[in-house]
Amino acid sequence: MQNWYFNSRGYRIFTVFNYIILFIAAALCLIPLINVFAVSLSSPSRATAGEVWLWPKDFTMEAYKYVMRSSDFWRAMFVSIERVVLGTAIGMLMTIMCAYPLSKKSDVFRARKIYVWIFFFTMLFNGGLVPTFLVVYYTGLLDSIWALVIPGAVNTWHIILMLNFFRSMPVELEEAAFLDGASHWNILWRIFVPLSKPAIATITLFTIVGHWNAWFDGLLYMRKSYNYPLQTYLQSLLTIDISKFLTQEQQNIVAKLSPKTIRSAQVFIAAFPVLCVYPFLQKYFTKGLVLGSVKG
Amino acid sequence: MAEGFAVTKKHRYNKGNSLRMDTRSLHLMLVPALIILFIYSYLPMIGIVIAFQDFNVGLGIRAFWQSDWVGLAHFRRLFSSPDFTRAFTNTLVIAVGKIILNFITPIIVALLVNEVRVNWLKRGIQTIIYFPHFLSWVIMAGVIKEVLAPDGMLNGMLGALFGIEPIFWLGDKRLFPWLMIVTETLKEFGFGTVIYLAAITGIDPTLYEAAIVDGANRFKQTIHVTIPGMLPIIVLSLVLSLGSILNAGFDQIFNLYSVPVYETGDIIDTLVYRISMQGGQYDFGTAVGLFKSVISMFLISLSYWLAYKFANYEVF
Repeated sequence: MQNWYFNSRGYRIFTVFNYIILFIAAALCLIPLINVFAVSLSSPSRATAGEVWLWPKDFTMEAYKYVMRSSDFWRAMFVSIERVVLGTAIGMLMTIMCAYPLSKKSDVFRARKIYVWIFFFTMLFNGGLVPTFLVVYYTGLLDSIWALVIPGAVNTWHIILMLNFFRSMPVELEEAAFLDGASHWNILWRIFVPLSKPAIATITLFTIVGHWNAWFDGLLYMRKSYNYPLQTYLQSLLTIDISKFLTQEQQNIVAKLSPKTIRSAQVFIAAFPVLCVYPFLQKYFTKGLVLGSVKG
Repeated sequence: MAEGFAVTKKHRYNKGNSLRMDTRSLHLMLVPALIILFIYSYLPMIGIVIAFQDFNVGLGIRAFWQSDWVGLAHFRRLFSSPDFTRAFTNTLVIAVGKIILNFITPIIVALLVNEVRVNWLKRGIQTIIYFPHFLSWVIMAGVIKEVLAPDGMLNGMLGALFGIEPIFWLGDKRLFPWLMIVTETLKEFGFGTVIYLAAITGIDPTLYEAAIVDGANRFKQTIHVTIPGMLPIIVLSLVLSLGSILNAGFDQIFNLYSVPVYETGDIIDTLVYRISMQGGQYDFGTAVGLFKSVISMFLISLSYWLAYKFANYEVF
């Protein structure tokens, strides 16, 4: 009886249309990526003729071999990995160490209100592009990996996610530990952190993806292009004519390949880590989202 | 002291007191972050003074206090600059378009996904549509440029199916704002959909049972139970989007625009970048950026205030 409406004719017709619409929606998200992948595996002549849609034509791995041979590509990849490791370690340390005191009630930690305003105000207003650039310049970080790590190390959104999780911990835990002589420092690292693994995993994931995807700070703070992280390197290749950067020797290879297939291969390689990790960790991505938006 | 930890409420408060005595370490934990915030968030706010100066880069760091003061000269120049007026209008058009389309699409898609009763399919669709959110705009722009290129897939398909001549999509200034709105929504609608689906999961199942008893069919259940259940989140996301009325999406537009589409595609953020980083006019660029930041600050504050008032939403 409960599901009578699912068998009605109207609902059945709706279901058919519903599947068609959702199929199109999912296709719109996937097809462009599949197309780029197919182009990257096709022969340059077929690719530039616009014949490649969802399946490679005249299958070849040449574009990938070309990218893999490029030392610039590997250097950029290394910078990216370096920033992800350093940025995540420092960023998570900041997130956890800020979330703990700010998760305390105001009657326990009286100064909380002032600190919250200091953090909150950075969400409302910022100095803008040039003043921030000049501060990075005068603190001597230009062309150093720290320019990609330190200025953005304190992420207020992540702190909010974390402190909401800390607040959901039973107060008794903390009180019992305090009775046993534990300091705040011990309570944080011995009790809160081990119990917050799911939240920490989610925020770590967000931080990693954020650092992997960041490109503008690289463009802004790295004057030498060999310091570019992968996304910035890719951005510079996609916006500027590729042929300008190649030596005469490499021109011969390029003649055989079209930049189109090379570009596609580079785009796909840059998306690849996210593509690999995402399906398995999707529940964490969703959890973090829900943690942040549907609270209270 | 030990007997103070019996179970009563009053004693629990005492425990709060003893924890309070150790606040020094709480302050210490915040110190590293406060130093970073002070240097990289608050010093730049002081650096805004250069918007009121004839900033002389040659003076080095002394330029911040030794440059000549010019008052509001940069702002007068800004209001008489056709480039700025154009960028301001484009920003509003593109941002509002994005807010509208990216507001409606996730609600509809969430309602549709909610009607899928095959579980793996439901999860599969969510996984696919949420994915583009995690790609950077550099990658997305690379993909979009490839698909929309004159020799790309879209033109190939249109040619094969309808015999249409290749269109240079991203080079057409009439199409450009629309393409920005559509591609932004394509990248982000999955994100909104997942939020709404989470809200739908949280709806009390007895409400549906009551509706069924009252003879409501699936459509009526959607109107009377599902949508009201989503309403708080709908209101919240609409209110919070107010804060992004001047954010037309720098990452996206910077990676997709070109000189032929500046007329309809140049926005405040891209203009600021070109003026200051490519043109080297630090003072004027800061003034343009400041104009935007100040308006944004009011809009964001207003949106948080409204969200607090109407959706009971507190940031901290």
